[in-house]
Amino acid sequence: MQIHKYDTVIVGAGGAGMRAAIESTKRSRTAVLTKLYPTRSHTGAAQGGMAAALANVEEDNWEWHTFDTIKGGDYLVDQDAAEILAKEAIDAVLDLEKMGLPFGRTPEGKIDQRRFGGHSRNHGEAPVRRACYSGDRTGHMILQTLYQNCVKEGVEFFNEFYVLDQLVVEEDGVKKSAGVVAYELATGEIHVFQAKSVIYASGGTGKFFKVTSNAHTLTGDGQAACYRRGLPLEDMEFFQFHPTGIWRMGILLTEGARGEGGILRNKDGERFMEKYAPVMKDLASRDVVSRSIYTEIREGRGCGPEGDHVYLDLTHLPPEQLDAKLPDITEFARTYLGIEPYTDPIPIQPTAHYAMGGIPTNVEGEVLADNTTVVPGLYAAGEVACVSVHGANRLGTNSLLDINVFGRRSGIAAAEYSAKNDFVALPENPAQLVQDQVERLRNSTGTERVAALRLELQETMDANVMVFRTEQTIKTAVDKIAELRRRYLDVSIQDKGKRFNTDLLEAIELGNLLDLAEVMATSALARKESRGGHYREDYPNRDDVNFMRHTMAYREVADDGTESIRLDYKPVVTTRYQPMERKY
Amino acid sequence: MATPTLEKNGTAEAGFADTPYITATFRIRRFNPEVSDEAQWQDFQISIDPKERVLDALHKIKWELDGTLTFRRSCAHGICGSDAMRINGKNRLACKTLIKDINPEKPILIEAIKGLTVLKDLVVDMDPFFQAYRDVMPFLITKGNEPTRERLQSPEDRERFDDTTKCILCAACTSSCPVFWNDGQYFGPAAIVNAHRFIFDSRDEGGEQRLEILNDRDGVWRCRTTFNCTDACPRGIEVTKAIQEVKRALITRRF
Repeated sequence: MQIHKYDTVIVGAGGAGMRAAIESTKRSRTAVLTKLYPTRSHTGAAQGGMAAALANVEEDNWEWHTFDTIKGGDYLVDQDAAEILAKEAIDAVLDLEKMGLPFGRTPEGKIDQRRFGGHSRNHGEAPVRRACYSGDRTGHMILQTLYQNCVKEGVEFFNEFYVLDQLVVEEDGVKKSAGVVAYELATGEIHVFQAKSVIYASGGTGKFFKVTSNAHTLTGDGQAACYRRGLPLEDMEFFQFHPTGIWRMGILLTEGARGEGGILRNKDGERFMEKYAPVMKDLASRDVVSRSIYTEIREGRGCGPEGDHVYLDLTHLPPEQLDAKLPDITEFARTYLGIEPYTDPIPIQPTAHYAMGGIPTNVEGEVLADNTTVVPGLYAAGEVACVSVHGANRLGTNSLLDINVFGRRSGIAAAEYSAKNDFVALPENPAQLVQDQVERLRNSTGTERVAALRLELQETMDANVMVFRTEQTIKTAVDKIAELRRRYLDVSIQDKGKRFNTDLLEAIELGNLLDLAEVMATSALARKESRGGHYREDYPNRDDVNFMRHTMAYREVADDGTESIRLDYKPVVTTRYQPMERKY
Repeated sequence: MATPTLEKNGTAEAGFADTPYITATFRIRRFNPEVSDEAQWQDFQISIDPKERVLDALHKIKWELDGTLTFRRSCAHGICGSDAMRINGKNRLACKTLIKDINPEKPILIEAIKGLTVLKDLVVDMDPFFQAYRDVMPFLITKGNEPTRERLQSPEDRERFDDTTKCILCAACTSSCPVFWNDGQYFGPAAIVNAHRFIFDSRDEGGEQRLEILNDRDGVWRCRTTFNCTDACPRGIEVTKAIQEVKRALITRRF
């Protein structure tokens, strides 16, 4: 075991982690621990754009953007945070441009902007062009640009280091962060990183679903590490299902396709979104569109022999426009479906896309130990975190924005904290938990297989806690997850070696997914209302009296070792916008 | 264009839905220095839908037959650049190669990309590759005060370097290059592509510095124009053309 000392440690090297690293490296001795080479991070899969009210192509302002974000999140958004997001969006985009990001341009040479779901002029009057973009590769360009600037700033990366434990110590009754424990993929060695501050920027947890746009590596490692050490997870029942994933595969086809004029059609060729969202139509918010698609499918208007999908129709758009604005997604259709989008519609279905919930933070990125107390020295930003700027449903283009605004904020705040504070002493045997976990899996002779359990988990999540939920389906999922957690104790792996043991890491990742799936389903069961991405058929209305509040889930361990989840609630921060009925 | 019709649905999807599974043999170059100093070929037979990806086949083997099979992967749809490998002798991304397109009647050969040290099975040491990338100063270099708003750039100037912005640093090009195989000191196509991305960006003012770096004996002049890199690029970048443009810029000092 090696012990390292850094002022600031960042966990994850996607957009949020690298944006934080650029700030933190200038101000403190920083190490970035990442389980992937930085350019492999899933920020690179984001396509359509990054919202900012630049008003480069039509009238717009950040207050409209704030309102759209709050309404899009079905009033579960913390409004102070949404204001910061929308206001700082403008500088966040300009900063990226100055770092070299090759945005699409207007004829005058300014950053071009396109329409996107839920973004409107003057509080819902009509769609507005707010998304700054680079073809349908905006996330790729952001990831590359941030990596380029990390190279420029000399950011120190530890590539293929998996952070498996968050060290939390109590001093005078206050929980503090002492550092993290990481597993080095190349050697199997365990490393303890003592740090004055730690920033989690390790991304989402979409791999507990089967049909998902998420990478294989999005297994909620950061959320799980904090949760296991008694820190809460906020609003985990809120998961976004992106309307347009490639049928059966889940590969993302950007909302920018509809921003460019693409239309969703059922088997009769009908533009069905007109029925559900008369003003915004195909550009209503994602939760609305995904429910509409499944309503069409359930009522027998789905396409194909099994009637299990609908079409994204781009055939009326000029091929030159598709080539210029949507080159990657049209290529995905050709590669994976053998379909030519110039002439044929693309079969799509909603795909599990984004966790609105995560590690609770305030607007400086400081992690909360409960509704009000911060954990000194611990920060989180991006999809792993819940600020909450996305509430019950994130607007498209607000996640690339989130990682830049709150990545930057947490990078500055953490480095400043490191400058003013000393190291917290490491606990005794800091690597114990990880060593035990690794040894148990390496030595296990159990009969359960990782891949089989993971598939069962994904299938139960798809069937029971997706776009439509009821008490019965959620309970089915809760029971199944409990069974899988029991069986997980009997899981064994075939690779017993030290070197690049991805067999072992997949087993650990499955453990994380199981913990988080349990939190998600338990939180969903208790929320007896419908709001944003959480739709309960048995409680189809929003209930602001009882549920306009954030869920806070804590892991509790009884004296006899029994684990349970305790749910608490946190009030929503409301500044200017009172909840209204949500129509698009 | 016509509105989609039911008839069209039928033809577009019947093939996909009804595809019979086939039995395919994957012949994989295995290497694990914890077990043996020698690499060896190992055959795996699996039943699989030929419209699935090579990556799906590798997962099936790892998850159902042999958990020790080791490879990198993440996004599974060709944008993260983790899973470049030699498939039937050609550099491809496993997640962008469908089994039906590589003649599954015969054993499908899978091995690590060449020119970088193999660490285990299909995993190679990427550090020299990323070092060459860092050496070309892959970031925007500007002089003077920054503007308050964005720098202006015409759509034509933006288009000039669009092709090379697509690079995902998968190393398929560099590890397909015979010059790189023989001499690991050569920067390789990927680093040059990333230099090109900045040299031809109208906002950048570091072109001269980068050209000097690429004028080195291990720089662009080592390129023998074999077009392997262009053929290997999963993003369709005209890699050889980009290298030629950098050579021309070195001669004319115009870019």
